Amino acid sequence: MTPHDNRMLLDTPFASRVQAACELREWEPWKGYASPIAYEDVELEYFAARNATGVFDLSPMTKYRIGGPDAEPYLNRLLTRDVRKIRPGRVGYTLWCNDAGMVLDDGTLFHLSQGDYRLCAQERCLDWLLTSALGLDVTIVDETAEVAALAVQGPTSCAALRAMGLEGLESLKPFGLRHYPFDGGELMVSRTGFTGDLGYEAWVAPAHAEALWDAMFAAGRNHLIRPMGNAALELARIEAGFIQAGVDFVPAEQVLRHGRARSPFELGLDWLVDFDKGHFTGRSALLREREQGSRFRFVRLDVEGNKPAPESFILNKRGKTVGHATSAAWCPSAKRNVALASLEMPWGRPEDELYAEIYYSRELRWTRIEARCRIIDGPIWDPPRRRQTPAPNF
Amino acid sequence: MTDATYDALIVGAGHNGLACAAYLASGGRKVLVLEAGERPGGLAATREFAEGFRVSAAAHLLNMLSPEVAKELALERHGLAYAARNLKTVVLPGNGRQLVIDGDRLEGASANDQAAFTEFQRRMRRYAKVLNRFCARPFPHLTERRGRDNRLLAKLAWDVRTLGKADMRELLRIGAINIHDVAEEQFENPLLKAALSMDAVLGSHMGPRSPNTVYAYLHRHLNDDGQGPALVKGGMGALGDAFAAAAEAAGATIRYGARIASIDLTDCRAAGVTLADGTNLAAALVVSNADLKSTFQLVGPLNLDAGFVRRVHNFRARGVTAKLHLALDGLPEFRGLNPADAGSRLLAATTMDGIEGAFNHAKYGECSPQPVMEVTIATVHDDSLAPPGKHVLSAVAQYAPYALKAGWRAGRETFMHSCLSQLEALAPGIGEQVIAAELLTPPDLEARFGLRGGHWHHGEIALDQALFTRPVPGANHYATPVPGLYLCGASAHPGGGLLGLAGRNAAKAILAGADAA
Repeated sequence: MTPHDNRMLLDTPFASRVQAACELREWEPWKGYASPIAYEDVELEYFAARNATGVFDLSPMTKYRIGGPDAEPYLNRLLTRDVRKIRPGRVGYTLWCNDAGMVLDDGTLFHLSQGDYRLCAQERCLDWLLTSALGLDVTIVDETAEVAALAVQGPTSCAALRAMGLEGLESLKPFGLRHYPFDGGELMVSRTGFTGDLGYEAWVAPAHAEALWDAMFAAGRNHLIRPMGNAALELARIEAGFIQAGVDFVPAEQVLRHGRARSPFELGLDWLVDFDKGHFTGRSALLREREQGSRFRFVRLDVEGNKPAPESFILNKRGKTVGHATSAAWCPSAKRNVALASLEMPWGRPEDELYAEIYYSRELRWTRIEARCRIIDGPIWDPPRRRQTPAPNF
Repeated sequence: MTDATYDALIVGAGHNGLACAAYLASGGRKVLVLEAGERPGGLAATREFAEGFRVSAAAHLLNMLSPEVAKELALERHGLAYAARNLKTVVLPGNGRQLVIDGDRLEGASANDQAAFTEFQRRMRRYAKVLNRFCARPFPHLTERRGRDNRLLAKLAWDVRTLGKADMRELLRIGAINIHDVAEEQFENPLLKAALSMDAVLGSHMGPRSPNTVYAYLHRHLNDDGQGPALVKGGMGALGDAFAAAAEAAGATIRYGARIASIDLTDCRAAGVTLADGTNLAAALVVSNADLKSTFQLVGPLNLDAGFVRRVHNFRARGVTAKLHLALDGLPEFRGLNPADAGSRLLAATTMDGIEGAFNHAKYGECSPQPVMEVTIATVHDDSLAPPGKHVLSAVAQYAPYALKAGWRAGRETFMHSCLSQLEALAPGIGEQVIAAELLTPPDLEARFGLRGGHWHHGEIALDQALFTRPVPGANHYATPVPGLYLCGASAHPGGGLLGLAGRNAAKAILAGADAA
């Protein structure tokens, strides 16, 4: 049997610990890896991330190591942000587009040390990274399998990690990163995450993965640490208002039908596009869009009532469909019924009266409601601890 | 130092660059042509390769020059003269009876073949005439059609329609297939089939059985008057000189020895060029006669979208054509060739399978051990090219792949030997007559003429790289993704060959205010 014949989903380096903790044994594939939907109970896991610490195995996240003499200009041309402003030891949230200015993916760029970068993405994009490297002197290595990572999210996360021996972690600023010796190797900790709360991500070589899990859960016991699965993370990220590739937009390289891709402007990510930094892929198209107007507007909606509006049509006051929800959930901490939605222009202006068409069933009885939506201007869930430095020691 | 006295800078003084310069200058623009070499013409060049022996260094026959360009630029008034016109094509048989193609008339072929050939020529000339209408102007925009694009498309559609049912159906049948199948079904004489195949594959990484070779054949016959090619007096360099004189007469300035180091951008727009000596020249328009890949190398990948760079990278431009030059002590005697025909266009290719077999090697990075050749001995008509009584032989030889697996250091000698052996078989004793010999391989052509990949036509003439897709989407209407930067060379529509149309079309597009694609 060749490796190619093995069609089983892959185990992450934390698999022995994840499997032992996963009471529900509900798995879903994530870029070729088996990933738990939930360990015990989605609500408990979600509340751990909001009120204590939730630990999420993010090893399947696609990771590329990028270096070489042209690394900085290469990345500056690949990404829409000004990469020169992301100093060594810092992380930046960013996105990248094709020539037509349509979003291929969003992700985080880690400037590990001068000229040495890691790009973390939802989608595999080696082909695009190599295409972008034509004529440039860069090295690009897919290190997805060579780096194990845990997201450690929630108000007690800093305290739990400090209890593990990571001294001085409280002084790490949001989007900063720091290296610690660990288990005879090195542990990198970044103050990043996908929950919109105080939280960290811990990165090690796979050989130290089990030791990291064990040390973290031992140290975190008094900080009510708990593993969390995909469902709890999904709830937290909707509450934080974050978009997800493949859910809230279709990555442009995967789009088959004309007009289904989205530009940064059409995802509400204008702030990630820097026209002043020089050329980058998609710049001309995005300039044109800025002049001529976008086709869609991405909004976060506060939907009346408590019935989530997943995949709902969004209607105007005359009942005409003007868009649809891409993600939706009742968000327990924000205490809001949130929907992320893509609307046709010009809909989504503050004065527009919008409704979500929601279908729900109670014991086989289906009900259809049209719930009034209000556009959320500003953050949905944004506790001060998310940005506080030094981080609070709960 | 900046110098903003010019409206347009043209990169390269190839014949298209000069044509573009002439039309732009006539249109009132101040034009400076920058040429790395010391002579105008690019691939239209005459070269002294041995003392007293001069030869057309690249293209050696003129059969495609657009009559509109020749007339509008008054090339003959600017010095273009012919040493011979309406050359016959003679297929050298080695053994047996030679075949002569003299216009529509065949010598050495059956009556059946003569009848079929007359009909074939009639059709092909009609098709080439329609194709020429597509080529003699910028191709209309298909997606963002404006009024004049619609009018033009309607006109072109009408041109195709007026072919009539039978000829249009035949065009649709053969337009995208290979010359081998078409020749096989219509003709008997293997030499005739080989001659048609040579017309379809010269300069291309294609064999007679490659798809699209009928299209390549039509391209070669774009401006065919049916009379056969011409030899330019003084070698093809004289054509370059005539274009240069026409450009200068129109008001353009040409600067030689000016190698471009980069095409410079300001705020993502073309703003000028930097020369190898560090001089900066500013102009709002930069027009490149260089090939697609070289042009965008000068712009730099960081100034371009990644997807566009990929398209440029994937543009098929693998040169397979070498040029052999021989200085001869006397006129060689080809077996079976009437000595009166020694000044004809001679083809050293006797069967389609022989050509295909020669191409097979190129597919795998090897030189053909039995190359096929198009040979001219210009000194029969033009005694200015060699000392009295001596001759120069010029041969376009295929297939010699640019990326030779064994490397050209070792391959040069081998391929030269293969060519000479072929010639020796056709003209016994020619080896003894050789005073000096030179082989220009595709890497040599790249180095000498700045042709990336050493491809004569800058890139394959094939349907995926022709008409509205030439060279690549995003740069297919002379304008490029970089505002202010235009293409005017063989990389652009309608492509390679000494046509002058790419330069003329580019100038027209620029003067009409073509927008950045």
